[in-house]
Amino acid sequence: MSDMTLRQWLLTDEPTSRRHARLASLYKGWLTLRSNSMAMVGLAILVILVLTAVFAPIIAPQDPFVQDLSSRLLPIGAEGHLLGTDSLGRDILSRLIYGARITLYIVALVALIAPVAGLLVGTVAGYAGGWADVILMRITDIFLAFPRLVLALAFVAALGAGIENAVLAISLTAWPPYARMARAETLTIRSTDYINAIRLQGAGPLRIITRHIWPLCISSLIVRVTLDMAGIILAAAGLGFLGLGAQPPSPEWGAMISEGRRFILDHWWVATVPGLAIFTVSLAFNLLGDGLRDALDPKDGGQ
Amino acid sequence: MTALEINDLNVWFGHAHDRVDAVKGACLSVNQGESFGLVGESGSGKSTILRAITGLAPQWSGTIRVEGEALSGAKRDRRFFRTVQMVFQDPYASLHPRHTVDQVLSETLHLHGLDNIDQRVKGLLNDVGLGQRFRFRYPHQLSGGQRQRVAIARALAGEPDILLLDEPTSALDVSVQAEVLNLLTDLRRQRGLTYLMVSHDLPVIAHMCDQLAVMRNGEIVEVMSSETLRVGTPEHPYSQELLQASVAV
Amino acid sequence: MNLLDIEDLWVRFPTRQGVFDAVRGVSFSLGRERLGIVGESGSGKSMTGRAILRLIRKPGIVEANHIGLEGRDLLQLTEREMRSVRGKQISMVMQDPKFSLNPVVTVGEQLMEAYLQHNSGSKSRAKKMAIEMLENVSIRNPERVMRAYPHEVSGGMGQRIMIAMMLIPNPKILIADEPTSALDVSVQRQVLNIMDGLVKERGMGLIFISHDLNLVSEFCDRVLIMYAGRIVEVCEADKLHQAQHPYTQGLLNSLPRLDEKCAHLSVLTRDPAWSDAPSVRG
Repeated sequence: MSDMTLRQWLLTDEPTSRRHARLASLYKGWLTLRSNSMAMVGLAILVILVLTAVFAPIIAPQDPFVQDLSSRLLPIGAEGHLLGTDSLGRDILSRLIYGARITLYIVALVALIAPVAGLLVGTVAGYAGGWADVILMRITDIFLAFPRLVLALAFVAALGAGIENAVLAISLTAWPPYARMARAETLTIRSTDYINAIRLQGAGPLRIITRHIWPLCISSLIVRVTLDMAGIILAAAGLGFLGLGAQPPSPEWGAMISEGRRFILDHWWVATVPGLAIFTVSLAFNLLGDGLRDALDPKDGGQ
Repeated sequence: MTALEINDLNVWFGHAHDRVDAVKGACLSVNQGESFGLVGESGSGKSTILRAITGLAPQWSGTIRVEGEALSGAKRDRRFFRTVQMVFQDPYASLHPRHTVDQVLSETLHLHGLDNIDQRVKGLLNDVGLGQRFRFRYPHQLSGGQRQRVAIARALAGEPDILLLDEPTSALDVSVQAEVLNLLTDLRRQRGLTYLMVSHDLPVIAHMCDQLAVMRNGEIVEVMSSETLRVGTPEHPYSQELLQASVAV
Repeated sequence: MNLLDIEDLWVRFPTRQGVFDAVRGVSFSLGRERLGIVGESGSGKSMTGRAILRLIRKPGIVEANHIGLEGRDLLQLTEREMRSVRGKQISMVMQDPKFSLNPVVTVGEQLMEAYLQHNSGSKSRAKKMAIEMLENVSIRNPERVMRAYPHEVSGGMGQRIMIAMMLIPNPKILIADEPTSALDVSVQRQVLNIMDGLVKERGMGLIFISHDLNLVSEFCDRVLIMYAGRIVEVCEADKLHQAQHPYTQGLLNSLPRLDEKCAHLSVLTRDPAWSDAPSVRG
């Protein structure tokens, strides 16, 4: 009975406080998301990924770094090694579990840097217009013109290999699309009557951009970021594969594939298992992104 | 005393060869506490006059005086915004979709540097006939008429003397239009406001305004009292034509 | 002989809070006449028009005992058969021509395509027909308009082009959903006169959906007044001002009038009983 009333409280059309209004709109968004079963599958996979990363030391059956050359390249289902072992006899399952941490680390860092940079550049360019717009957008174009992986390669080559530099390199190549998107949205938003109305109250550009334009851009950016996550994971894996991302013996999934490729014909699982992990997580982000697009659409009046 | 005086106003958009003259040599003056109407068909430049006053249409020439003080360019200072406010045509587009009524009003009050915001928000909601239960709703939880009341509350938040009304009821149903027009009538009386109202609807203007100007292609063709309109004796043929189209029933 | 018979039409939208009924059991028939449907926003008038053509988008549901068009029940038709009904037998004119015309194709091409879709014939014949249609809707230099893109024509012109396009296949019924609301008063009258002439000349049935009581009473033969998804009153258009239902009276009274001055407009007080009363047959 009590959670029934909670549900009614959340679904009300007459919120009684600021917090109530915010919670109610969040809950309605959640209900929209929940009705999309594929998005829920994606979300479930990502929740499992986060839990795995958090509890890696408890879940992992072995130490991911301990080598045992006597039991190298064991097949899937071997005793004590559910997913087999790699060329140095390390347990692949344990490495996968610890690798989830690195994947999440990369994803979180890129998701913090690239969209924020894009949002800043895009909204300022869009709202200010004129020279600021021209200069900012041409810079964006320059970054956009470079092939993504090549720019990242050059960057990593300059700064040295390593996971942080890989993240920086990926972020550097990932922000221009967000900037373009944010600018396009800003151009539509800035000519609307609700922006005119707040200008007539004497609001300055800073307030208008941060309080009025950002909240409207952010939802579409979140969707875009989730959809791009797959590409970011793959780019990180690509850098790892080329030896420019995470360094051995770190259990980064891309680096694991790279190590396994030498044995791909005789011992397929060494490269395939981390590949499947990348595939699953990328897919999960895509599914979630699709669902978020429906849930976050501001045009949907919560009907 | 003259609240608003416009002399030889020209407003244009674009530059050089694709320059469009939206308003050409408009003159009008509105006394304190008076209600003045601008009528015309779409593209006649009536809304553009309001936009030039508020600085939303930056390219203009001529003089605009608000309470005796001349405006220039597109920049308006804080004092202007506390004197002049505007209500927009479409209540579905003039409220931020992600802001609750409370946020809209509190932010406006904050921008005008007013204190005691909580009390004032409650007061404003009562003034425009929305109860406290509407305070934390999002725009999509409100009907068109309720939204327009919120927009009116926002315009009144800084306690202005002059209200510019840009077709405030053209997006509303007739029964809701009657409610909003009555509200505007009451507010004007209570607060001694000056209205400059734009509409394409002659009966609405005649009901709300003491004086009105008929506009066509950016020019004011005739200024008359709404009494003249009622008895059906406008002088300019275009005004007569408009009147004919409105009373053909 | 009725052109269209509608019996117990419902339009439902399932929502989180339960099923929302936009149209609740509406029945009416249309002869060779101009039938007005008036009501406020949310009264279900547009939904009724769209439901006839089965243009309600999912998850909306259309239910009815029958929607009879020449002895055929439109609800029984497949989507494919329905497509040939739309346009060929029943056409629809929407509110804003800007959204109904393809912005990247010239007016002429769109008109010719509309003609060729329903008739076989050569391109030159299609062009001749298109020019003839534009002349029918009082467009003075049709040759020039044929070459124009939709953004190059005014609102009134756009709406006339839309009407021309809808009339090319010679439909028996025209549904006009607020066809003149986006237009200025003077242009409104021109467009209405053109529509009126064409409907009379061809003996068509017209369903004219509008929120504007005065316009409908002037332009139609018969008026259905809708409230909360039901028909509350049916009356002869010229007797609209003697309407009996308090809702209709309230709507008429809330309009500001030029001939009498009053401090306050009368405000409509809604009686919950109005929406509970059974729908009137029209």
